[in-house]
Amino acid sequence: MTERKHKLTIRGLTKRYGSVTALDHVDLDLADGEFLTMLGPSGSGKTTLLWSVAGLNQPDDGKIWIDGREATDVPASGRDIGMVFQNYALFPHMTVAENISFPLEMRKVSPPDRSRAIKRALEMVKLEHVGERFCNQLSGGQQQRIALARAFVANPSIVLMDEPLGALDKKLRDHLQLEIKRLHGQLGMTVLYVTHDQEEAMVMSDRICLMNQGRIEQIGTPDELYFRPKSLFVADFLGESNLIPGRVTGEEAGCLVLELPGFGTVRTRSTAPRPHGPDIVYFTRPESIGIHADAENKANRLQGRVSEVVVSGAITKLFVGIGDATLKISLLTSGSQRVRKGEPLTIGWDDDVGRVLSPSLMEAA
Amino acid sequence: MARVDAFAEPALRPRVWPRWNRLYGQTGPVAIFLIALFVVPVVMLLGISFLDSQGLPSLEHYKRLVEVPLYGRVLLTTIKVAICTTLLCVAGAYPVAYLLAISRGSARNWLIILVLMPFWTSFLVRTFAWIVLLGRKGAVNQILMAAGITDAPLQMIYNFAGVMIGMTHALMPLAILTLLAVMESVDPNLSKAAATMGARGGTRFWRIYFPLTMPGVASAALLVFITSLGFFITPALLGGPQNTMIVQLIIFQIREVLNWQFAGAIGVLLVMILMVIFLFYDRIFGLSVMGGNARGPKRAAGSRVRRCSVRAGNAITWALAYITDGLISVFSTLRRGKRAMGAGSRLGLYAACTLTLGFLALPTLFVLPVSFTSEAFLTWPPKLFSLQWYRSVFDSPVWLNAAARSFLVALTTATVAMFIALPCAFALSRNSFAGKSALFGLVVAPMIVPNIFIAVGLFFLFSRLGIAGTTFAVVLGHTVIVIPYVIVTVLAILKGYDRNLDHAAATMGADGTTTFRRVTFPLIRSGVIASFMFAFIISFDELTIALFVTGGRITTLPKLMYEDALLSVSPRLAAVASLLLVFMSIIILISELTRRKGGVRLAA
Repeated sequence: MTERKHKLTIRGLTKRYGSVTALDHVDLDLADGEFLTMLGPSGSGKTTLLWSVAGLNQPDDGKIWIDGREATDVPASGRDIGMVFQNYALFPHMTVAENISFPLEMRKVSPPDRSRAIKRALEMVKLEHVGERFCNQLSGGQQQRIALARAFVANPSIVLMDEPLGALDKKLRDHLQLEIKRLHGQLGMTVLYVTHDQEEAMVMSDRICLMNQGRIEQIGTPDELYFRPKSLFVADFLGESNLIPGRVTGEEAGCLVLELPGFGTVRTRSTAPRPHGPDIVYFTRPESIGIHADAENKANRLQGRVSEVVVSGAITKLFVGIGDATLKISLLTSGSQRVRKGEPLTIGWDDDVGRVLSPSLMEAA
Repeated sequence: MARVDAFAEPALRPRVWPRWNRLYGQTGPVAIFLIALFVVPVVMLLGISFLDSQGLPSLEHYKRLVEVPLYGRVLLTTIKVAICTTLLCVAGAYPVAYLLAISRGSARNWLIILVLMPFWTSFLVRTFAWIVLLGRKGAVNQILMAAGITDAPLQMIYNFAGVMIGMTHALMPLAILTLLAVMESVDPNLSKAAATMGARGGTRFWRIYFPLTMPGVASAALLVFITSLGFFITPALLGGPQNTMIVQLIIFQIREVLNWQFAGAIGVLLVMILMVIFLFYDRIFGLSVMGGNARGPKRAAGSRVRRCSVRAGNAITWALAYITDGLISVFSTLRRGKRAMGAGSRLGLYAACTLTLGFLALPTLFVLPVSFTSEAFLTWPPKLFSLQWYRSVFDSPVWLNAAARSFLVALTTATVAMFIALPCAFALSRNSFAGKSALFGLVVAPMIVPNIFIAVGLFFLFSRLGIAGTTFAVVLGHTVIVIPYVIVTVLAILKGYDRNLDHAAATMGADGTTTFRRVTFPLIRSGVIASFMFAFIISFDELTIALFVTGGRITTLPKLMYEDALLSVSPRLAAVASLLLVFMSIIILISELTRRKGGVRLAA
């Protein structure tokens, strides 16, 4: 990725509510045209961060630049942003067209340009025919699109979205995720998006910023976060994972040798910075592990016994007992080749799919 | 195992009462009571206005209404007073309601108590407090003169200003509560959303918040206007002869001239004004906004009047938004602080609210020191300390009798109303049946129709039946006006009651009575008690019905106070008012405490 102009820069942002620190010295950069998702459990500070960027709360410390201008003390009305609220916050006393017109009026756009922009925005969200209706006459999905149109119609520096799909059912949510992604691509918007739904974050984002307790745990592409988590929290929060405590016993041929009690010896390439102490947690994704033929010629091979088989549609999950421990394995469900409970099994995985993590969060969790 | 056997009995106990029969039982008493003692007398009163003194059909009273200029003048005065009261009430109530809507927790509870204090204080005590405060030798005049601002006492009451002060004080809590209901339903994110789109403070208020609260403004204005049309106590006590209102004419016709037909004709005139107002209101806002939800008007179906008013309203709010934004930016450049902008408007809000709440809550307190004066007249500051006026009250059989009668009447009224209205509230809340909305209209009508109609109509009816001037008659009259309040409050409680609790009890084998006794009633008990107290207070404080139905033969406490105040405002009245203030406060405190306790229980 080439160095692009930053649409949003945050340095040392801190916000406290009484004794609770909602944001703890957060730094963040958002490139022009980027789609960045703030992800995290509830109370992690992601919405607080978004509201600080919007100017809807006053941070205790730190600075915010929007489009190169310092905005820390600029009221929300002067920040040149667009925002989609969780419950949409459409004005119930105005028609759809009046709602979309509002940000344009505030920016003193001339009436002919205004109606052109409204028409185009409605076309973009595929709701050309509802302009004269009131918002409470629309369905949830339609209201959501109007809220989107209202947020981007004035071409703001950044579009902020606060769990915009949270109130919709699964099917509509999946559809609108792709819709928002399409709009992002077509309009070249810079988007800061908040969600607690990791699948949504994975589907939509250029980069994900995973937050926990007011701090950024890791920021990177969905792929980086999923396969190369930097901390136990990230590994545990995203998807399913095998997390096995153990010790580093040595190093040979660019590989760390790990002793996992009750489990055996495992080798892994030392790509990440090594944890400080000898105590570590070894991380692999269940889908990185192969069985039978897929286990052959792998750096790590173990013998186990299947203790449980769960078929959940396209994915089959195996729980394989190895020594005292249990390992999770995810396979694509196959029509012919079935694994049965109690069956002995050879499993294997490469030395570059696992990670060695510091166990510090294990105690907390 | 014996239990299981018992359940195995083949014959299930059939329902003893069919559903419709039970419904009649629940709603019948209220319906019959209100038709007999509300609909019939009011219609009779309005009907006799079309008869002449011989009892033959005639329009002579209406001819007189039109021909004698006095009546037109009084009508204009009444409308002028009502309009001014409405404007003052809504303008004063708006910031207070807004502050209430945005505050949370204990601050909000205290504010509510401050707002409700005048609502609960006896009407006469409040009016009396203004006399103490604003009279020639009242507190305000004494302070002004001591400070050298004025040389001679200002005439602040017994004129239009006095009427305005008294009526605004009386009706502003109503406006605040009506506005609050709507403001609470406005999503606070809407103003924030407008801010993210570039709207500044003035635009956010005038183009987003204010239009959304417009239904509240409209219904508050309507309620205040209608109520003030029926006022007579405040203008009688705080106004001068030139401030006579239309209801006072009715009273004069009945009590002094005994011309029932003409009184009825004035009543018809008042009803017609009310109809015109409702019609006008419906054209602009639609009566559906009376429900008080903050939804936008359905513009498409609007009449031309409504379209025009919407357009005019838009133009006004846009202009106001522009002006306010301009003022804010001038103000903030003067203050040189961007963050100070919000703080400045917050400061203005607090100042406005402090003034209004002070106006609402403080005057009543001036009654207390005056009651301990050792002088024979009302003076400020009072010469303390003497209990002579309390002694004179407790030594007077007239006052003691009146107090005892009021207490008895209030207790009986509240009990009777509770017994007949509670089943009806249950029927209204839990069943849908033919005529439900008609029944609802009937039971809330006594709340909307000015009390004077009910009072005069009942007096008319009771004198024919020969029961006018008895305590029983007062109880009947009070029950009529208390029923709507009982039903509305109980309906509100039942709305928050989870009916699945009853269903659960039924699945465990409890029959209807047992379910009510063991599950339903314990859960709504505190609400019912609060509703009972409410009924008690209304009856205890009621003047209009008592004034007529007693027919001058017996007296209640408010009636005695009113007649005493018309003659002379003495410190003895202050003593009575103080006693009443303390008594009412205790009752309110008790009902508030039971309500809170019950609230916790329902929430838990």
